[in-house]
Amino acid sequence: MRERRLPILATIVVFLLLYAIGGFYFNNFLTTRVFGNLLTDNAFVIIAAIGMTFVILSGGIDLSVGSMIAFVGIVMAVLVRDGWHPLTAALVLIVFGFLLGALMGYIIDAFEIQPFIVTLTSMFMLRGLSAVISQDSVPINHPFAEAFGSFRIPFPIGKGWLSAEALVMIACLIVALIIAHRTRFGANVYAIGGDAQSALLLGVPVRKTVVGVYALNGVFAVVAGIVYALYTSSGYPLAAVGVELDAIAAVVIGGTLLTGGVGLVIGTVFGGLIQGLIQTLIIFDGTLDSWWIRIVIGGLLFVFIVLQKGIMRSVTALGSQGAA
Amino acid sequence: MKKTNLLGAITLGLGLMIASSASALTIGFSQVGSEGDWRPAFSADMKAEAEKRGIDLKFSDAQGKEENQLKAVRGFIAQGVDAIIIAPVVVTGWDSVLKEAKDAGIPVFLADRDVEADKDLYVTRISADFNLEGRLAGAWLAQASKGKCDIVELQGTVGAAPAIERKKGFEAVISLFPNMKIIKSQSGDFTTAGGKEVTESFIKATDGFKGVCAVFGHNDNMELGAIQAMKEAGLKPGKDVLMVSVDGVADEFRAIKAGDANASVELRSDIGKDIYDVVQAYLDGKKDWPKWVVIASDLHTKDDVDALMAARGIK
Repeated sequence: MRERRLPILATIVVFLLLYAIGGFYFNNFLTTRVFGNLLTDNAFVIIAAIGMTFVILSGGIDLSVGSMIAFVGIVMAVLVRDGWHPLTAALVLIVFGFLLGALMGYIIDAFEIQPFIVTLTSMFMLRGLSAVISQDSVPINHPFAEAFGSFRIPFPIGKGWLSAEALVMIACLIVALIIAHRTRFGANVYAIGGDAQSALLLGVPVRKTVVGVYALNGVFAVVAGIVYALYTSSGYPLAAVGVELDAIAAVVIGGTLLTGGVGLVIGTVFGGLIQGLIQTLIIFDGTLDSWWIRIVIGGLLFVFIVLQKGIMRSVTALGSQGAA
Repeated sequence: MKKTNLLGAITLGLGLMIASSASALTIGFSQVGSEGDWRPAFSADMKAEAEKRGIDLKFSDAQGKEENQLKAVRGFIAQGVDAIIIAPVVVTGWDSVLKEAKDAGIPVFLADRDVEADKDLYVTRISADFNLEGRLAGAWLAQASKGKCDIVELQGTVGAAPAIERKKGFEAVISLFPNMKIIKSQSGDFTTAGGKEVTESFIKATDGFKGVCAVFGHNDNMELGAIQAMKEAGLKPGKDVLMVSVDGVADEFRAIKAGDANASVELRSDIGKDIYDVVQAYLDGKKDWPKWVVIASDLHTKDDVDALMAARGIK
C-alpha cells in the first residue's frame, strides 16, 4: 500500500519544488496574489480533470471535455443574450451533460466500444455544433455574470483573493472526494478499474457504474464549461481546444494510473496546479518561448508514467511473492 | 487542511523574497500566437526594439488561446510590471482582467486588434487602420489609371475586419471618380489558392479580362494567386492589368520587382517603435491619448522596391 502512495507524494514534492523555484528566482512570486490567480485561472481545467479522474479510475477515457466546455459557453452566451438567467441556462446544461454522459457510458458498456471512439464522436459533434451556433465569440452581459466575475474573498495577507471560480472548484473537489471515498459508487469505480471481470464476479454492477462514471464526468465537464464561460464572460466556439488532454495530463501527473483502479482525486488537483505553476513560471520569466510549457509538461508526464510503471511492477512482484 | 498549510508556506516564503533588481522599465506583452508571416515578424520586432531601449520585456505567446492570454495578463499584474501590452485573441471577455490591471495601477495598451470592453479600462489601441490601407490602394489606382478604370476585386474572408474595412476604404476613394467602378467582386479567403480560383472565374466571365484595367486584392497572397491565373491564361499582369493589393509580403515585393505586380500597401510589422513610443510617453506623464493611435501604412511600387528588398535582405 505504501508504494501506491508514492505517486501522490511525488506530485506534492514536484508542486512544492516548482513553488520554491519561482520564489527563488522571481520577485512577487511567493504572494497570495499568485496563489489566488493559480486557483482562479486553472479552476476550469481542474474541475474537468476531477471528472476525468473518475473516468480514468474506471479504466476509460473521455475526449469530449474540451468541446463540451466550448459548447456550454456558446449555448450559455446565446441563451443569456435571449434573456435567460445564467443559472437557469446552467441548470439545463447540467442536465444535458448528465444525459449525454450517461448515453456515452451506456454505448461504451452495452456495445463494448472503445471509450476513445465513443467520446471522440461527441468531441467532434459538440465542437461542430458550437461553431454552427455561432462562429464569433458572444459576450455574456448579465448582472449575475458580473457579480460572479467581481466576487472576491481577500486572503488575510497580501493582495490575493479567493475568486468565485476558485470556490466552485473547491466545492467540486469536496463533492468528488465524498463520491470517491464515502460512497458505494466510488468503491465500485475503483473496483471495475482494477479488474472489471472480478468486479463483475463479485457482484459489482458494472453497467450502472460505467454509465454513472460518464454521466458524472458529463456534469463536471459542464460545470467546467460554466466556470470557463463566466471566467471569460463570453462563449467562443474555439474555446478550450485540447483541454481534455490538459485534464488527462493533470490526472496522470496527479498520480492516477492510466490503466485504472489506482489514484486519488486530490492528486488531480495538484496535477492541475502543477501545470498552472509551470505556466506561471514561464510567464514570470518572460523570455522563454511559451511552448516550453508543453515541453516541460510532456517531460513531467513521461517521468510520472515511468514512475507508475515501476511502482506497479514492484507491487505485482510483491503480490506474487506473497502468494507463493 | 492542505490549503491552510499552503498559505502558511506562502507566508513564510514572503520573508524569503529576494531583493528587487534594477529599476529598468518592465513591460508585459501578451501576443496572440505565431500564425502567418506577419505576426512572428511583429513579435520579433517587439523583442528587438525592447532590447534597443533597455526595456525588460516579458513576452508571452498565447498560442491562439484566450485562457492562456488571461493567465499571462494576470501573471503580469501579479509580477507588478510597469505596463501591459495586449494583442487580443478575441474581442470579448476582457472586463474583469482589465479591471484588475486598473486596480493595480498598471496601464494597459492594445496592439493590433480591438476589444469589446469599457474604454476607460485601457489607455489606447495602437494599430494600423485597414480602412486607410484601402483608401491608399484606391488613391494609387486612381492616379495610375488617371481616374478611369474597371476593377475586379478579390475580397478577404467574409466578415473579417480587414476585408470589410479595406473594401470600404477602397470604395470611398474610387467613388470620387465617376469612371472608376468595381465590375466583379468575390471572396478568395485571403489565400493564394482562393485568389487564383476566383481570378480564373473572373477571366472566364469577362472573356479574357476584356476591359478590365485593374485587380485589387485585399491581401498579397490572393493577388499572387491572381498573377498565376492570369499568366496561365496568357495575360500579362502588371502590364495589361494594374495589380494592387495590401500586406507587403516578401513574395509580393519579388513580384513587383519582376514587373508582375504594381503596388502593395504594407501592413508594417516593425511597429514596436510606434508602440513603445506611446507607452513610454504615457509613463513619462503624457496621459491623454485618443482611444486609437493609427500607425501609418506605407505603399511600395517599382520605384522603391529594390532599396526596400536590399534593406530587409529579401532576395
